Amino acid sequence: MKHVLTTVAAAAFGVCMSASACAKTDITFYFPVAVGGPITKIIDQYAKDFNHENPDLNVLPVYSGTYQETIVKVLTAHKAGKPPGAAILLSTDTFTLADEDAIVPIDNFVKSEADRVWMKSFFPAFMLNGQFANKTWGVPFQRSTVVLYWNKDLFKAAGLDPNIPPQNWEQTVSMGQKLTKKDASGNVTQWGIQVPSSGFPYWLFQGFSTQNDAILANADGNQVKYDDPNAVAALQYWVDLSKKYGIHPSGVVEWGTTPRDFLEQKVAMIWTTTGNLTNIRSNAKFDFGVAMLPAGKRRGSPTGGGNFFIFKKTTSQEQEGAFKFAKWLTQPERAAQWSIDTGYVAVSPAAYDTPALKKYATEFPPALVARDQLPDAVAELSTHDNQRVTKALNDGLQAALTGTKTPEQAMKEAQAEATRLLRTYK
Amino acid sequence: MRQPVSDLRGSTRRLDRARGWLSTSAAWLVAIVWIVPLLYALWAAFHPSAFATKFVLNAPLTLANFVSAWQAAPFTRYFLNTTMLVAGVLGMQLVVCTLAAYAFACYEFLGKSALFALVLIQLMVMPEILLVRNYQTLTQLGLVDSLFGIGLPYFASAFAIFLLRQTFKTIPKELVEAAVMEGASSLQILRKVYIPLAKPTYLAFALVSVSYHWNNFLWPLVVSNSVESRPLTVGLQVFSSTDQGIDWSIITAATLLTSAPLLIGFLIFQRQFVQSFMRAGIK
Amino acid sequence: MVLLVGFTHFPAVATFIDSLMSTPRAGRAAVFVGMENYRVMLEDPIFWKSVMNNFWFAFITIPFSIGMSILMALWVNDKIAGRDFLRTAFFLPTVLPMIAVANIWIFFYTPGYGLVNQILQLFGFAGHNWLGEPNLVLGSVIVVAIWKEAGFFMIFYLAALQSLSPSYKEAAQIEGASAWYFFRRIQWPLLMPTTIFVLINALINAFRMVDHIIVMTKGGPDNASSLILFYLYEVGFKFWDQGYASVLTVVLLCILALVGLLQFFILDRRAHYQ
Repeated sequence: MKHVLTTVAAAAFGVCMSASACAKTDITFYFPVAVGGPITKIIDQYAKDFNHENPDLNVLPVYSGTYQETIVKVLTAHKAGKPPGAAILLSTDTFTLADEDAIVPIDNFVKSEADRVWMKSFFPAFMLNGQFANKTWGVPFQRSTVVLYWNKDLFKAAGLDPNIPPQNWEQTVSMGQKLTKKDASGNVTQWGIQVPSSGFPYWLFQGFSTQNDAILANADGNQVKYDDPNAVAALQYWVDLSKKYGIHPSGVVEWGTTPRDFLEQKVAMIWTTTGNLTNIRSNAKFDFGVAMLPAGKRRGSPTGGGNFFIFKKTTSQEQEGAFKFAKWLTQPERAAQWSIDTGYVAVSPAAYDTPALKKYATEFPPALVARDQLPDAVAELSTHDNQRVTKALNDGLQAALTGTKTPEQAMKEAQAEATRLLRTYK
Repeated sequence: MRQPVSDLRGSTRRLDRARGWLSTSAAWLVAIVWIVPLLYALWAAFHPSAFATKFVLNAPLTLANFVSAWQAAPFTRYFLNTTMLVAGVLGMQLVVCTLAAYAFACYEFLGKSALFALVLIQLMVMPEILLVRNYQTLTQLGLVDSLFGIGLPYFASAFAIFLLRQTFKTIPKELVEAAVMEGASSLQILRKVYIPLAKPTYLAFALVSVSYHWNNFLWPLVVSNSVESRPLTVGLQVFSSTDQGIDWSIITAATLLTSAPLLIGFLIFQRQFVQSFMRAGIK
Repeated sequence: MVLLVGFTHFPAVATFIDSLMSTPRAGRAAVFVGMENYRVMLEDPIFWKSVMNNFWFAFITIPFSIGMSILMALWVNDKIAGRDFLRTAFFLPTVLPMIAVANIWIFFYTPGYGLVNQILQLFGFAGHNWLGEPNLVLGSVIVVAIWKEAGFFMIFYLAALQSLSPSYKEAAQIEGASAWYFFRRIQWPLLMPTTIFVLINALINAFRMVDHIIVMTKGGPDNASSLILFYLYEVGFKFWDQGYASVLTVVLLCILALVGLLQFFILDRRAHYQ
């Protein structure tokens, strides 16, 4: 009996000595869900697989609602001194997180040559929002761009070539006019085009402004140019779509119902995230196409979506573990599968070269449109005190779209407000 | 010549009857408008997405939405959590608030008015406003991510204290005196005299409390991290406000699933519910 | 006993103390800046818009929801056909969670194929963008609020009505009084205590209900539907401006504390009225 006990004790002691720590390192991982589908199940499976491959690490995935709710949870936890090990948050939250001293730059963990190669493996457009002050604060995980969806059946009915979407601003107008239908009493039953403006109109607006050669914020996040004449003209164009050309609904267009409007064939063309691809594909009872946004002076779209961040007030084991997890998640095969499952753009060119994604793209070419748009893509609007500075722009956009202010006035006032807010960051 | 009284009454009665008929139809109209959202939820949940906005009568019925909704998250566990949370909160509230109300109703002590005013002020303060602070307090107590932690700020419900105090105050002094004469201690008086007589108030409050905590969202969202402590409303969040736009079929299916217990409970107990409010005499 | 009372106040007092402790601070550096945050608030146009919106919201929601609830209580109190169904129908909104219900209302208000517009178009009227036009959005949101609240208040009125002695009604019928007269001269005054209670509750709710705004409009367009608590949530949890959020909290608390104290005094006096 005594012999057995000593053996067991010795064995236990031995096990404890061999592992670096007798206990595993727990890494809490907060993630939001912004697209439909069994996302929580997929992430849970990822965590399981990672934990299996790395027995000394234990990733605990915690579903934390929307992006907004996730950052509430993350920052609340950080302020209470117990942040998660890692989280997926909007790439535009980078400044906010850095200003709260909540995150650690990813560069701190890049030690080997393999790591350096990995850091360079992402699409450059996606890295833009995660970088400032010469550091990379987050790596891309679930990213998107704005794309144009168009209803081929409605195009045909209007006498337009169903396989050619509008390539530029003028064509948008001329095609839109053919696609707008009214009923006997003059009410519109079918709109030519719809660009959502509820909640975060700045994202859609960046499409217009980039196409008109206006960049709204600088890379350091302490200056904005809302009143750039090109930006004002871009807003005027958006307003004119409804006011002057009558091809776009007036007032604020709801983001959440726009895909549904498209599926109900109440509108022939919509601008929305590429993340909607799976949804529209499964539910459209008509032939549709996906295209890059029409060009103004140039093509352009903002990027969107979430980055992977590592948090500061955690142990170094947790941080190293989180770094490992970040690398694991963004391996080409996994990134490819994630893209197929969710509709997000795969974060690296290598992912598009994997057999899975290659096969998917041949079966379903629209999946490549967002990627093809990346060379023309710009960073999503992001500055210090991001939410407030963006809100100034959002309010101005909504004011212009509802006719309460002229585009010029709206942008000037937004600029004044933003400048005031950013004063302390210069 | 004056009209006979009977004639006058006749015409008034006819007017009243006409008014009665008008009243009834108006009431029915309002009631129908009132339950339209629920009717819509039933429609959308049982039909596939494509028909969520088209009211075609022969659209195919389906249970697929419920299945997808149920599978999207571990709702069984969420149900368990919510039930435990609600029951736990209610239980604590009953104990704590009874004692507090008893103290306020029957005892004189230093600073009574001030304390009661504080209680009333708490009636106005929702834990959401003090979210960050409360979370810090919970962290210090080590109670984050536990059902107990979610419920803690609600244990001392000012609403309950207020209601119970009112009720206790209306209990006739003779009963109390009789009990005292029989040699009962304060706790015994509480148990034997006050509580039984305040049953309707308890029931009324219980129903309000269950309703509120079943549907509470923001605070549980912040406090709960894991499946073990997450209630239904937070689980329901999976379906709302996605990038893909609103899928009414799934949302309504999930809503019906999570509200069903409350709805059914209410339908069964509504008569008692109303009667309890009656006797609670909220005056 | 006193100990127990003290214990029950733990969360209440803790939260109260916390709110007192959150004196205006700036950013992470926790520099005491005194009254500056208050000054910022007074100059903030969005703050004033939220106050105005809240004022209109309260001003319209309160009388209408109370009015509806009295009407409903009167209906349900009488021996009207289908009384149980009516009662259930009126109370139902209270039982449903606001998050889910808000999405349903979004559908109702959607331009084009939303239920409201579908019905309007059936009758030949033009549809509107109920949530997307600044001058319509507050009204749309108010409707949702009334829908949710009236049933809840109805229960209180029903209880009060049913506890009124039936002899009143009999006397009125003998005297040949009309229903309206009966209501105005007899029921309404006797319902006064209930009305006051409901009024206070409605006042509080007018400042408390923001779930539907968070889901349906996010305060837009251009802050047309922003209420004080909603703005507080934005400032505190979107902008992470702790100092300013504390100021807004204090303001909101003051308003609500005023209402609470009012309730304390009026209700206590009314209790003697019985």
